[in-house]
Amino acid sequence: MIVARGLVKRFGDFTAVDGIDVEVGRGEAFGFLGPNGAGKSSTMRMIGCVSPVTDGTLRVLGHDPAVDGPRIRSRLGVVPQEDTLDFELSVLENLIVYGRYFGMSRRDAAERGRQLLEFVQLEERASSQVEPLSGGMKRRLTIARSLINDPDMLLLDEPTTGLDPQARHVVWDRLFRLKQRGVTLVLTTHYMDEAEQLCDRLVVMDGGRIAAEGSPASLIRDWSTREVVELRFAADDTEEHGKKVEALVEQADRPLRALVTRVEVLPDRVLLYSDDGDATVNELHRCGVEPQSVLVRRSSLEDVFLRLTGRSLVE
Amino acid sequence: MTTTMPTSTAPVLPPAPSSLALVGRAVDFWRVQFRRTWRGTWASTVLTPLGFLAAMGLGLGSIVDNGSGASTLGGVSYLDFIAPGLLAASVMQQASFESSYPVLGAIKWARQYHAQLATPLRVRDALAGHVLWVGLRLSISAAVFLVVMALFGTLQSWWAVLCLPAAVLTGLAFVPGIFAYAATLETDSGFALLFRFAIMPMFLFSGTFFPISQLPDWLEPLAYVVPLWHGVELCRDLALGTVTWGASLGHVAYLLLWVAGGFALALRTFTRRLVT
Repeated sequence: MIVARGLVKRFGDFTAVDGIDVEVGRGEAFGFLGPNGAGKSSTMRMIGCVSPVTDGTLRVLGHDPAVDGPRIRSRLGVVPQEDTLDFELSVLENLIVYGRYFGMSRRDAAERGRQLLEFVQLEERASSQVEPLSGGMKRRLTIARSLINDPDMLLLDEPTTGLDPQARHVVWDRLFRLKQRGVTLVLTTHYMDEAEQLCDRLVVMDGGRIAAEGSPASLIRDWSTREVVELRFAADDTEEHGKKVEALVEQADRPLRALVTRVEVLPDRVLLYSDDGDATVNELHRCGVEPQSVLVRRSSLEDVFLRLTGRSLVE
Repeated sequence: MTTTMPTSTAPVLPPAPSSLALVGRAVDFWRVQFRRTWRGTWASTVLTPLGFLAAMGLGLGSIVDNGSGASTLGGVSYLDFIAPGLLAASVMQQASFESSYPVLGAIKWARQYHAQLATPLRVRDALAGHVLWVGLRLSISAAVFLVVMALFGTLQSWWAVLCLPAAVLTGLAFVPGIFAYAATLETDSGFALLFRFAIMPMFLFSGTFFPISQLPDWLEPLAYVVPLWHGVELCRDLALGTVTWGASLGHVAYLLLWVAGGFALALRTFTRRLVT
């Protein structure tokens, strides 16, 4: 559905997307994961045939966006990062005018619009105004609108950013149903849980490049350990304790060295990446490390993400 | 966990719709959008010509006609003189409003253009559709204005029927140019400049209220450049039945030039603004 080779997007001197290779097949749920400014949205806009490619090749639905933009777009559904709903029209009318852009008759667009409102649980709001809807409702309406032309592929740019947890789960549930129906989903997100829930395969983007690629499980396998041990110490001596733990791990004759792959000292806690968390904790106790609290948890995509894109704030 | 591997089966795309169909879809959107607000616009559509013709034509006209006005205007009553000028000028005024805030809104606030560009519509379709829609709005207002003119008895010839397309053309001469300007703005404060320093002076000094021969000599050539003067002259000749082919076709050609030039300019500023 998408084939990109050496895809580049430049704005003046700034390179937003710096030569990425991506392939997405039919029925896949594919994610672009990355911090703000990683080039996710620029990539999505090129795939959505609204932003010209600076360099490299891009084929969407088998065609070149520069040549067949209107034809490709007629088979895409797009949920942009910022809603583009018309506040002066009612909920249903928003769907009808959008369907008309795809050449549907008013009657067909209205009929399909009603079905879609049911699908996103907004059927009771059909004739209400858009303005007073909650953020989650507007997002669901945008998703319904993107489906009006029964698209071959749905592009979602940060579909749940800014929504409260309940609203996010409703959106995820609807997207999961679409995925089950075989709709190809391509989404960008900076939420790890979103990527883990929805994506079969994803790429982690950073600074316009692809830092890693794979399924959520294989990324965790490749870039992290099975478990993470989090140690917390009294407020101001975390660093001191952290250094001590690092020294312990580095001593070649200790069993800790075999257990722990990597130690990360953060301002408020010390992280030990290990395939056996409990054994690591026991070994730490034996060595006389006595933190205030210990947490053993499964490694998540977040650990992969932070490992790949760093912990410093990108703004 | 199963992973779907990429396959090479791309769906078959439908043929590209014709430009005409795409432009029509954009026009249709603005029509639907207008249906929600049209009730509020009727009052001004009807009251504008009534007020202008009563106050300026009858009120002011009674003074002008009793003074030296009759000879300057070549024996035409002030009401008859001013009515076609007001038609052209008020259509221009409406054209400038319809081409300013709604355009910046569709770019920045309501972002309707962005919604359209995610569909099969291209920049030129979104632009042409919106320009055409403004043209349709202008023809409604111009038609109402003409009916009021007829009621005031200011239409002196059957040529006057052609005042409708002439007035719409006059308005359209400004539409794409102002679209082009609107697409370069970040805030709407630029529109105040446009109305104050371009639209208002044109409204007053393009032969609407008095013949431009009354202007200072150094200013007179400037009036010939302004599209509104050509629109006013065209409408006046048609309403009074004083049409000469050479002059009228010249006016039409000049106004068409502004439409085409403005459209080319708007296509550039729209593309720069919307396709990034």
